[in-house]
Amino acid sequence: MSETKVILADLDGERTWRMADYVKRGGYEALKKIIADKTTPDEIIGLLKTSNLRGRGGAGFPTGLKWSFMPKAYVGPKYVVCNSDEGEPGTFKDRDILRYNPHAVIEGMIIAGYAMGCVAGYNYIHGEIFAEYQRFEEALEEARAAGLLGQRILGSEFSFDLFAHHGYGAYVCGEETGLLESLEGKKGQPRFKPPFPASFGLYGKPTTINNTETFAVVPFILRMGGEAFLALGKPNNGGTKIFSVSGHVNRPGNYEVRLGTPFAELLEMAGGMRGGRKLKAVIPGGSSAPVLPASIIMDTTMDYDAIAKAGSMLGSGAVIVMDESTCMVKALERLSYFYFEESCGQCTPCREGTGWMYRMMHRIENGQGRADDLALLDNVAENIMGRTICALGDAAAMPVRGFLKHYRDEFAYHIEHKRCLVPVELQREGSRIYVAQD
Amino acid sequence: MLSIESLRLIDREIAKYPTDQKQSAVMGALRIAQQEMHWLSSETIEEVASYLGMPVMAAYEVASFYNMYDLKPVGQHKITVCTNLPCALSGGVEAAEYVKQKLGIGFNETTADGKFTLKEGECMGACGDAPVMLHNNHKMCARMTCAQIDSLIEDLSK
Repeated sequence: MSETKVILADLDGERTWRMADYVKRGGYEALKKIIADKTTPDEIIGLLKTSNLRGRGGAGFPTGLKWSFMPKAYVGPKYVVCNSDEGEPGTFKDRDILRYNPHAVIEGMIIAGYAMGCVAGYNYIHGEIFAEYQRFEEALEEARAAGLLGQRILGSEFSFDLFAHHGYGAYVCGEETGLLESLEGKKGQPRFKPPFPASFGLYGKPTTINNTETFAVVPFILRMGGEAFLALGKPNNGGTKIFSVSGHVNRPGNYEVRLGTPFAELLEMAGGMRGGRKLKAVIPGGSSAPVLPASIIMDTTMDYDAIAKAGSMLGSGAVIVMDESTCMVKALERLSYFYFEESCGQCTPCREGTGWMYRMMHRIENGQGRADDLALLDNVAENIMGRTICALGDAAAMPVRGFLKHYRDEFAYHIEHKRCLVPVELQREGSRIYVAQD
Repeated sequence: MLSIESLRLIDREIAKYPTDQKQSAVMGALRIAQQEMHWLSSETIEEVASYLGMPVMAAYEVASFYNMYDLKPVGQHKITVCTNLPCALSGGVEAAEYVKQKLGIGFNETTADGKFTLKEGECMGACGDAPVMLHNNHKMCARMTCAQIDSLIEDLSK
């Protein structure tokens, strides 16, 4: 029971983010090989399809298929964009990739540019991680100086340039079309789809957007082959995945494991439960994913299909662990506040619904819940789902539905008794989110 | 008026985008302007807009949409504490309470001497290092125990 590292392999040394170190670890071999062999874009996309690589940002869409949507015959610039706007609560893997292995992202993006015939790429980096943004800019300079970016890369016909764009604090820009608006220098309000970015993306040109981890793993897939990558995971869930484990564990952190690893093993890698307390619930894929009780998650493996079958989603791989001392009402209240704060205000169901849900959660938490609040919460969540331009509305509704599905008795108790079902002493001892009620 | 150094940095941002897409540089330009002026006044936003050849309203829309831009003056040191759920489970709220008590201010307040402003932040993508805080938007402070907070505030008070 241990990690299986691909992206995070051999990063124990000093200054692993420097190009020289990356090259020593086999970096840029894949790019050099496709240029020397004149590998066709179709071969590269075929390899990705064989690998069963699915997007690591949240939706889990097959990467090879996504790349194949880019129009081949299009005359004019096409773009490739990396989504490093990592703001989904619980997720902190892309920051570590940019911090310790930025050249893997750069190589992956150059290969993507080659395979899709793009002229340029942008890496949109989360506002709160300025140090990583600066490091990525330095890595770009190294790659440029080595002739891996710019005109006629490595003496070939292929030209491609790559830049970093720094966000400044808006969760909704993690949504790909909100991100594109932001890249164009506007407020990040998502666009209605269709048209999809592959036909109308950045500056109205064909564009493909992938997550940092997705790009970072591309060079390895080219080197080891599609079958070998697939074999690291399980069918339809190829490869390894970085899980960001946070909350009530002894060793919060990033763990790269084979897709299909049992949750129980991942929990053990993270040092087990803090203070030896009992596991209560886990949000398996970032705060938007429905929460799962211990009894379900302990029998689940960590891959897209198994988590979906258990009633949640793998999302970005952010595993938020909560022990028996956690009041679920308090936990959901905080998440509801987040979505209320981050709604861009464009669609009425999300703008009004997130505020409405937060206000209800706030009054329940503060002993002022009303008898019909739970039915109303169900109703508001139900009426947000699927009725907004982007997924932020769904992301706000899903936690509410998940918490109410599995912990309805705790919410009902709060409304009826105006206090928590979880004993106050236990909360004080463990949860660290306890706030005195009286 | 922005300094020559800031304008040169903004030029570097502009050079990242196609020549007819200067507006793409507005986020970077506003960040650079805020670093120099410490906050974004209407005059500063107007200057950035005119430098990029874009409508002032469009630049103002951007400045008001992203929450790391300060449209009102802030203290010399802005401290933003993440209190979102993953951080809270590892002491984010406790850390925020400790800072409040230590500085004698609440969220969105500034100390009387103008040194410190405290803000509540949303996910900074560093939940494994909780509690986390940002100092003046650009410096991430990780694993902020009470002792760490004491030494941060002491350093910044000098």
